[in-house]
Amino acid sequence: MGLRSRLRLLGDRLMLGACALALLIALVPLASILFKVVVQGAPALSWTFLTSLPRPPDETSGGFANAIVGTVLVVGLTALIGVPLGVGAGVYLAEYGDGLFGRTVRFLAEVLAGLPSIVAGIVGYSLVVVTTGHFSALAGGVALTFLFVPMTAITTQEALKMVPRTTREASLALGLGQASTAMRVALPSALGGVLTGIMLSVARVAGETAPLLFTAFNNSFWPTGPGQPTATLPVQIFVYAISPFESWRQQAWGGALMLLLLVLITNVAGRLFWARRRRFMQGH
Amino acid sequence: MERRAAAEGLSSATLPEARRPAAPRGLSDRSFRTILGVLAAALPLMEAVVLVELLQGSLPALRTFGWHFLVGRTWDPVAEVFGALPFIIGTLLTSAVALVLAVPIAIGTAILLVEYATGWVREGLGFLVELLAAIPSIVYGLWGMVVVAPLMRAHVDPFIEASPLGWLPIFGRPLLGLSLLTAGVVLAIMILPIVASVAREALLMVPSEQREAGLALGLTRWETTRRVLLPYARAGVFSAIILGLGRAMGETMAVTMLVGNTPAVTLDLFQPGYSMSAVIANEFSEATTTLHVSSLFGVGLLLFLLSLVVNSMARMLLRGLSHAGTR
Amino acid sequence: MKHVLPLTLLFAACGEPTPPGQMSEKPPAPATTAESTKSGGKALNGAGASFPYPLLSKWSAVYHDDKGVQINYQSIGSGGGQKAILDKTVAFAGSDAPLPQDKWDLAQADGGIVHVPETLGAVVPVVHLPGVESLRLTGPVLAGIYRGTVTKWNDPAIAGLNPGIALPDHDIVVAHRSDGSGTTYVFTGYLAKVDPEWASAVGRDTSVNWPVGVGGKGNEGVSGVVSGNEDAIGYVELAYAALNHLQMVQLQNHDGNWVSPTMEGVSAAAAAAPDLPAGPASWTAVDITDEPGAQTWPIASFTYLLFYQDMGKAQGKRLSREDAEATLRFAWWAVHDGQQYGPALQYPALPAAVVTLDEQTLKGITWNGEPLLKD
Repeated sequence: MGLRSRLRLLGDRLMLGACALALLIALVPLASILFKVVVQGAPALSWTFLTSLPRPPDETSGGFANAIVGTVLVVGLTALIGVPLGVGAGVYLAEYGDGLFGRTVRFLAEVLAGLPSIVAGIVGYSLVVVTTGHFSALAGGVALTFLFVPMTAITTQEALKMVPRTTREASLALGLGQASTAMRVALPSALGGVLTGIMLSVARVAGETAPLLFTAFNNSFWPTGPGQPTATLPVQIFVYAISPFESWRQQAWGGALMLLLLVLITNVAGRLFWARRRRFMQGH
Repeated sequence: MERRAAAEGLSSATLPEARRPAAPRGLSDRSFRTILGVLAAALPLMEAVVLVELLQGSLPALRTFGWHFLVGRTWDPVAEVFGALPFIIGTLLTSAVALVLAVPIAIGTAILLVEYATGWVREGLGFLVELLAAIPSIVYGLWGMVVVAPLMRAHVDPFIEASPLGWLPIFGRPLLGLSLLTAGVVLAIMILPIVASVAREALLMVPSEQREAGLALGLTRWETTRRVLLPYARAGVFSAIILGLGRAMGETMAVTMLVGNTPAVTLDLFQPGYSMSAVIANEFSEATTTLHVSSLFGVGLLLFLLSLVVNSMARMLLRGLSHAGTR
Repeated sequence: MKHVLPLTLLFAACGEPTPPGQMSEKPPAPATTAESTKSGGKALNGAGASFPYPLLSKWSAVYHDDKGVQINYQSIGSGGGQKAILDKTVAFAGSDAPLPQDKWDLAQADGGIVHVPETLGAVVPVVHLPGVESLRLTGPVLAGIYRGTVTKWNDPAIAGLNPGIALPDHDIVVAHRSDGSGTTYVFTGYLAKVDPEWASAVGRDTSVNWPVGVGGKGNEGVSGVVSGNEDAIGYVELAYAALNHLQMVQLQNHDGNWVSPTMEGVSAAAAAAPDLPAGPASWTAVDITDEPGAQTWPIASFTYLLFYQDMGKAQGKRLSREDAEATLRFAWWAVHDGQQYGPALQYPALPAAVVTLDEQTLKGITWNGEPLLKD
């Protein structure tokens, strides 16, 4: 083997090493954070914690039950509004995105992806809270939608763009129109990527505090529907974490662990569900 | 899984308009396009709403300070003098640090997972990386304060200072652990999963024929990656970076807990600084005077505009790369 | 804005019954002339300062267990609370700082806003000086540290106050609050009172342009900087300092005595305060720092509940009369029975004179001209 070949092989090995190093570097802080969250949060997770309403700091029977329900409620509302808008926009951009309107929408999505979460909260406050006269879970959902939609639109578009052109052409050649091609061929094919995008967006908005402070507000009691203020995990974590009381700070870590678990479960469940559906659609 | 077809590059995102003679099966193309168009119109609508909101809120401040708002260095709520320069610089610096650190690592991770790992290892590790995205920003802030900042102060900062890098003007005299650098480092960790996941998806979607063609031509795996796959997935990787940048510029909670919250106009990364999102988050709930609140809206507006500028530049860069590159 | 109709239709569908399995939710008390009822578990919302939040959460829990009324107070900051009540999105607000003049004037259009101090707070300077038992500082020296004129721990100004203590020849690491807060408002108010230089150069506000120092977010941010760095000084709420065993500083009070922060010392400040304004008057100038008294702690403050003077006129569209009355009953309970729960959570009790003042204020609140609290 010539020197050149040897150098190229060496280069190959080196880059493999570099990439492995990169992965390790990525995993070290992950391990550190997870470790911290689990070690601090696990002691707080108890049946009481999962099923009780919050109690004052001098009582031990408090919990985050309403915050857990509230997060599911608010993120659910966000997904309800945001997934159709985001995925729809993403499909539009992939199918028709070369026109002026398409390019503008894409550009605006990228800009909006950088929106600070607190600005989303301020907008949600003006749009919903001030007009309806009170804080509500819906206001929180609307605020989070501003963060959710751009990210989902971009990731959906990217996932669809990567479907090979030949696949689409084959579909068209078989007589399916552009709409059917997109919905029945391209989208299922790109589903993994689309799903990843949605999951990333869900994970991101589930952990946001600032937009919810002025919209969903918080509640020491159970949420009674989308029209009332509700406790949510990130806000409750925030309020407890900055308090002077050790008992509350403990619960804050428990809440952080709970949030992580919730996102994990959603992630896993979502993927399993679509994997099963994809297998079904492909006739396995 | 993917439908295989003859190896061919993907050149554009759109298709030729389909011409169909008979009755459509399922949704007609026209109504499909219209419906999607309406959904997509949500984005400009949201943009407009945000812009209107920010403009309305910042008008008093803009009227009072004019251009000086952009370049003023003093932020004094008592004297009611507000200048946003320290925050602009802080946002740019922390985001730059975050990108410089995160992008190589994220792409390296993505490449490793897609090209070299297989099956459950790939899924499992990829999943772990995505998990980072699920951690709430306040937890990043707390962890950063308790773990990263002391580490930076005790070991990393002095190390950089003593190394050849310490000669650079961006590394001055290390102080406390709370600094632009620390905030940038934790931001990098926060945007890592986004960049890595989206880049990974982009690389995953490259048809295996491309890989096979490269290898058949005698390229090593790395050369195939560098010369065939990355260019092919370029747009997706670019999107990944843009999303990461967006997150970095807009990140609020973690930054306020780590950056030192000092409105200083400085290029020294060891110094405590401030960022646009951070000052809004810190002061908005308590700001009482109209001018103060309005100035915070003004900072929000500037951040919005900055995002526009940065994104435009990135777009132009991408276009430049496309023309200069192989495609 | 433009989305009122669809949103209101959505809200018409709201108001579901409380979910099953809810613990400790007693059925609403039967309707009597004085007691109000809560239907469907809807809570009365209050928003504002985070400082009194733990106490208000205790009050909310006890009051709910006892009377079945849901009071939902949440902390979004004093400024947030003031904004919320001016926007009428809450029944009442909490604020560490009194309403500033321009907001006070704004509220006059709706009949005005009253201040009801419900508890007290104190700010404590904390330091990280290993080996130093109990550091003593005066107000002017503290101001000097925060202005950057006193830069080292062994500066004669500090050394002179602490004879016999070996102070290091190190730079002082100064920490302050980055987020706007009532704590900063009180702290800078004290510094402005005792140091004219501070008053003119920096002033008093929830956020100021700090001459020196690093900004920590929240009490935990400041305490994080202090505990993480030797030679650091910061300021935090009394509860925070006490419960987390931070190294507190002794201050010289108005009478010249060296005092440590105690709850009695804070209540004494409130008791010694010169004539407080009536509830409906402007409280913009109220400041109970540096009050006379042997054991008075110099950096003390009220924290306020804010109500509209005429809740019917201002909030009639959003709030029912029963709800308004229920809110006032809660406030009445808070300044009387509620005070006993304060000390366990590090909140000093209100002195009797202030309670009396609050009673007058609360009795004076009306609904379209008629007083709400009839007994």
